[in-house]
Amino acid sequence: MAQLITENRFSSPDAFYEALIETHRDLTPEQSAKVNAKLILLLANHIGDMEVLQQAMIVARGEAG
Amino acid sequence: MLSTYQYPTFSYRPSEEQRTGTVKRHPVVIVGAGPIGLTAALDFARRGVPVVVLDDDDTVSIGSRAVCYAKRALEVWNRLGSSKRMIDKGVVWKVGKVFHGDSQVYQFDLLPEPDHKIPAFINLQQYYLEEYLIDDAMKTGLVDIRWKTRALSVRDEDGRVVIQAETPDGVYQLEADWLIACDGAKSSIRKMLGLDFVGQVFQDRFLIADVVMKADFPAERWFWFDPPFHPKQSTLLHMQADNVWRIDFQLGWNADPEEEKKPERVIPRLKAMLGEKTEFDLEWVSVYTFQCRRLEQFRHGRVFFAGDAAHQVSPFGARGANSGVPDTDNLVWKLKLVMDGVAPDSLLDTYSDERVAAAKENLLNSTRSTDFITPKSEVSRTFRDAALELAATQPFARSLVNSGRLSTPTTYADSRLNTPDEDGFQGAMVPGAPATDAPLEFTDGDTGWLIDRLGGSFVGVYYAGSNPVPADVADAMDQQTRGRIPVTWIVVTDRRTGAPGTAVDYKGRFRERYDAQPGTTYLFRPDQHVAARWRRFDAARTTAALTRAIGL
Ligand SMILES: Cc1cc2nc3c(=O)[nH]c(=O)nc-3n(C[C@H](O)[C@H](O)[C@H](O)COP(=O)(O)OP(=O)(O)OC[C@H]3O[C@@H](n4cnc5c(N)ncnc54)[C@H](O)[C@@H]3O)c2cc1C
Repeated sequence: MAQLITENRFSSPDAFYEALIETHRDLTPEQSAKVNAKLILLLANHIGDMEVLQQAMIVARGEAG
Repeated sequence: MLSTYQYPTFSYRPSEEQRTGTVKRHPVVIVGAGPIGLTAALDFARRGVPVVVLDDDDTVSIGSRAVCYAKRALEVWNRLGSSKRMIDKGVVWKVGKVFHGDSQVYQFDLLPEPDHKIPAFINLQQYYLEEYLIDDAMKTGLVDIRWKTRALSVRDEDGRVVIQAETPDGVYQLEADWLIACDGAKSSIRKMLGLDFVGQVFQDRFLIADVVMKADFPAERWFWFDPPFHPKQSTLLHMQADNVWRIDFQLGWNADPEEEKKPERVIPRLKAMLGEKTEFDLEWVSVYTFQCRRLEQFRHGRVFFAGDAAHQVSPFGARGANSGVPDTDNLVWKLKLVMDGVAPDSLLDTYSDERVAAAKENLLNSTRSTDFITPKSEVSRTFRDAALELAATQPFARSLVNSGRLSTPTTYADSRLNTPDEDGFQGAMVPGAPATDAPLEFTDGDTGWLIDRLGGSFVGVYYAGSNPVPADVADAMDQQTRGRIPVTWIVVTDRRTGAPGTAVDYKGRFRERYDAQPGTTYLFRPDQHVAARWRRFDAARTTAALTRAIGL
């Protein structure tokens, strides 16, 4: 079974984080929510693997064992 | 309102039983002369079984109901000899377009493959469909439709079903060996038997308008999310026969159904959509809420539930009548074999098993579509809108856009009537799958269709390719034609041989669609579903598969 990777894979975690926050600059909460939703859809399709996605959803909901 | 259709009235005639006060026992009583009850009645008649149909009304379906009929339902009506009139009168279509705002985001083609007798979909008002089925049922001379007759009570006792029926002349009693409840979504028989009908109601309302106009929209299904003429909601446009167009407007939960139905509310909505200059007349307007629910089991002793009485879906995906017709397709041959003492009673349990599985599939699809069209929460709406916006430029997002996944037939993959594959095969024709069509040329030189030769009884297809049929195979087939469970055999070749009873796969579609090699053998059930398949013919295995397919 494919496994969600939870070890760090960023070469520059701070740069990623900054870019993520920057993406939301000057947006209203509604606009931000839409951008986040698009990001999730784009990335989920890129991953494509339902097992990995499901593991990520469980972790995100805080229900992981 | 304009009317393009003259509703027929079927006159009530007191039954002899009621006049003479004698209680008569019938092999089959069907309650409800909607599309499903009528299809069941016709199927019994085609098998030589006389049926009584009770219906509390005296005409066909009134107002805006089913429009789209899918290939599989049409193939069932084709088997029963009723599809031609429907297809001739109906609007054949296969392309659907989805718009967001004022731009198109997605387009689909429902039958990308050529060489099928029956089209992917037709659109036809439900009243025409019922009228044709009634005509055909009456012509058999075996269907006794009792109009203005309401089933008041139904009891399954002492090996029979006892029915109290109410007519303009009062109440009388009749009995049946078997009863099929096709009494619709509000089924009173369900309530009489105390059965739960559970699921969900969607918190939304839809204005459904049938509009008469001469317009140059193509015969395609057009669905809009958030169109400029109806912001924040969805709209659907579909062509029917007689220049009648079906238009659905999503209204939201807070809309007042009585207000919204008024022409002074409806006409401006239509003008905004169709343009000020388009001339149209209203034929029918109603406001609906939709639900997705089903019975736990479709068999209860001698009573069977089929169609909307057994399961109800939202219309997005056209899975209502389209999934009810395969219910009766599944039930009638089984019941006939049990009536004839050939198959055990337990075969009838597989009706429920197979059709509950199909209903689950339909409900899942219908619920998912409805959740996309009517998001239940703020975040659900955000994702929906995100998917729609992305769909304009990102191909993957188009696959997420769900305006209704249109009805496709169910493969009974887990049915215990299937003989699991022992040999390797490719493609979709797995045990439990409904047969896909292929053009064939028969010995008399006529070109025809595989689908016309399947059904009614068990049918075996032996693919010889370019080889002759070995004598022992031909002998074994001949014996099976005369067996206790008769099998009709068709030999398919890849070229003309002139041998009687053979069919030529002149376009190679059979070979392609059934992954056939010389020797490949398929066994089809009387409802055209695959029961078993092998790489070579084996009489003993065929007999074992037959036995299994009738639940022995
Ligand atoms: C707006 C709308 C759009 C739809 N679009 C589609 C579509 O495009 N494609 C599709 O496949 N489906 C569609 N459907 C669903 C389709 O209309 C139903 O699935 C179909 O009518 C079900 O047929 P039925 O025979 O099970 O029940 P019904 O058509 O409801 O027939 C039941 C019959 O039983 C009779 N009856 C009820 N109780 C009794 C009693 N106690 N005694 C005697 N008679 C009784 C009734 O008078 C009625 O004639 C749509 C539905 C709606 C509302």
